[in-house]
Amino acid sequence: MSEPQNPGGASFRASAKGWGMAHHRTLGLAYLGLSTAALLAGVTLSLLMRLHLTWPDWPLPLHGPILPEEYLGAVTLHGTLMLFFVLTVAPLWGFGSLILPAQIGSRRMAFPTLNAAAFWTLVASLLILCASPFVAGGTAISGWTAYPPLSAVAATGPGQALGMDLWLASIGLFSLATCMAAVNMVTTIVCLRCDGMAWHRLPLTVWGWFTAALLSLPSFAVLLAALVLLFCDRHLGTGFFLPATLVVNGIVTHSPADGSPLLWLHLFWFFGHPEVYIAILPGMGLVSMVLANFARRRVFAYRLMIAVMVLIGGIGILVWGHHMFVAGLSPFAGSAFAISTMAIAIPASAEVLSWIATVCGSGVIAGKARLTTPMLFALGFVSLFITGGLTGPILAQPILDQYLHNTFFVVAHFHLIMAMAGVFGLYLATYYWFPLIAGRMLNERLGKIHFWLTIFFAYSTFLPMHITGLAGEPRHYAQFTGIAGPAGELLAATMPLQRHITLSAIFLALAQVPFMINLWRTLRSPATSAPNPWDATTMEWAPNAFSDEPSGPELNTHAGPCEYSLDGETFHPQWQPVTQPNQPE
Amino acid sequence: MPSPLAAAITTILWQLPMNAAAHGPAFDRHLLLNLWIALALLALAHILVLIGLIKRRTHTPPRRQALIEFVPLAALALLFAFLATRAEALWQAARYTGPDRAALQVEVTGMQFAWYFRYPGADATFGATKPELVAPGEGNPLGLDPTDPHSADDLVGSQLVLPAGREVDLRLHAQDVIHGFSVPAMRLKQNAVPGQDIHIHFTPTVPGEYAILCTQLCGLGHYRMTATLRVLPEVDFEAWLTQHAPHTGDAQ
Repeated sequence: MSEPQNPGGASFRASAKGWGMAHHRTLGLAYLGLSTAALLAGVTLSLLMRLHLTWPDWPLPLHGPILPEEYLGAVTLHGTLMLFFVLTVAPLWGFGSLILPAQIGSRRMAFPTLNAAAFWTLVASLLILCASPFVAGGTAISGWTAYPPLSAVAATGPGQALGMDLWLASIGLFSLATCMAAVNMVTTIVCLRCDGMAWHRLPLTVWGWFTAALLSLPSFAVLLAALVLLFCDRHLGTGFFLPATLVVNGIVTHSPADGSPLLWLHLFWFFGHPEVYIAILPGMGLVSMVLANFARRRVFAYRLMIAVMVLIGGIGILVWGHHMFVAGLSPFAGSAFAISTMAIAIPASAEVLSWIATVCGSGVIAGKARLTTPMLFALGFVSLFITGGLTGPILAQPILDQYLHNTFFVVAHFHLIMAMAGVFGLYLATYYWFPLIAGRMLNERLGKIHFWLTIFFAYSTFLPMHITGLAGEPRHYAQFTGIAGPAGELLAATMPLQRHITLSAIFLALAQVPFMINLWRTLRSPATSAPNPWDATTMEWAPNAFSDEPSGPELNTHAGPCEYSLDGETFHPQWQPVTQPNQPE
Repeated sequence: MPSPLAAAITTILWQLPMNAAAHGPAFDRHLLLNLWIALALLALAHILVLIGLIKRRTHTPPRRQALIEFVPLAALALLFAFLATRAEALWQAARYTGPDRAALQVEVTGMQFAWYFRYPGADATFGATKPELVAPGEGNPLGLDPTDPHSADDLVGSQLVLPAGREVDLRLHAQDVIHGFSVPAMRLKQNAVPGQDIHIHFTPTVPGEYAILCTQLCGLGHYRMTATLRVLPEVDFEAWLTQHAPHTGDAQ
């Protein structure tokens, strides 16, 4: 370890030669910047939605009261921004470009220009989406799932004309960008692993990226095709998703072909369900590695975990129908998709058992396991994944879905397992890799405050949604008060919990302030980080892994990841020849 | 049924609305079983992680490792299979077979942003409709065709009135976009899809007034696309039908 200082910051900034042929780490940071912007917008929208639900008459300053179509526009933008631009872009393309090459001992990615093209396509996609609220009629109001005929017929509502076209254009570009970035990532992992980096030595993080990138190719390709068909239905007079006759606002429209909206649901969810695995798989892989790192253990059942991750991706393609139990399919299809969905709970459980077994007996009190901020966020991820995951098998049962479908129970389920766990994965990656990225350690004390506040308010926000969902409260309702009859009573009964959820959501947003202070303070301080501050074993922590000197020493892998001795006293980094194990510092 | 205390805990903790359907009790038992199992597994997993973090054990023999992974996994797989089988039995009972031949026929139509309910009348046949004739403001929201004799005695209303204790066969339609027909008290939900005829059947048991909600995002008025289900004792229902039968000139 000749270099006293981590080569992170300065060297790759210097190596970025213009945006067209940008360095993969520059692109990685750029992806993360784009995601951060989308995240801030998405969080703001969610707070506005919560405030409006709780106090429907409250006028938004400089705007006035929030109208129902504006609420639905916020729902649509929130879902689209978070699912696509945050949970897909940041873990997969952001940290993937930033860390993945170093983790497989490569100094570059396979197709840098393609990666740059993907980034600029994403920028265009985001700009188009952000422009949509400002056009006539406003932004699309049909949610991120854009079910036709609502999304296919402009007369069905404000925002369904130009706003919907912009949404289609934005997500079309996003799909293209994702296919480009996925080709780059898959090729990089297949072709550019350094000597000795056999498939069974790849860190699970890489397996997470690999499975997610592989999944994103067929799923986004199908989405792109579906978007094109929807565009044709809107503007070229086709009827893929439109039945022969519709009466919209008293206007009778005839479609040349007797199409079906269910075709869109099939195509969309064939993309949509793998998409949620794309969002969470990189985090799952990283959690395995970080738990092992700080428990000073090998990953429990490491090879099985590789199989499990690929299996989750594989079965993930076969479960889309569980979004359609009450959509009008044959009831036999419901039974079939219930079986495939229950089946995916088994590899997911194996993953959780491996996490528990990896930390089990690691001994925080005995001082062996280290409860650092990254470790806390990894444990938080596990907790949220379990809590959100346990409602998965419940929703996989068609008969129960016939009650729970489109209630807040579902909102609670996917916000815990995908949104919150996904965001915890991002924080974990940030705290863990910050020494590599910026050459500085984030403050541990502020990090721990950030963690405890965030997990407390995340649970305080999303756990009560299970209860309001069980009480029958549906999603996508612009308000729960002022409605007549027994329906009004049912909706209004949830208002006390609604207020609690809204206040918790505000505190959850405020809980991110310690993180921002931490980031700002650390980036202003001088670079001080040791080369391998966490005693990590994976290749990105090798002394010269982040160096861009083409003449630099060759990177070689000599061992599997997380090779800690049985007593946890010594460890063997992947880059070190097998002769002498390293002593912890 | 469990003790009153258990019932009270269930009501307070899970806040399920009243259930008034024949299939409801079995459904609630299965749902609550699922919820309690999930809650127990949640607690168990968190306790395991906490104990695991605190305790210090140096070495696990490889054979024990396999046990640690595969025994709980097999147990979970069995549990999931058990739940799926129970759920499948309920799903089959609800959906695999059609309604009883004597079931009451009601057609449900969703449009932005209202539900309409049609009873076939004495001839037990729904009359023809034409999209060109749809005019809610003119009292013809479904576009009933007056030239079809079957239309004459069709009863159309904005409230779903059903007799207690008799099975009902709902025929779901949508005129414009996809709507979600949901009656929480009947533990029931089914989308109404334009261009499709979807049947669903159930038996209300307890007279009362219950919420009908739209549960598929259908546009800006989605939140106010609600209606009321009135379940009446059988006798009162017959009286209601007679009272509301349409006066079609020479018919009555």
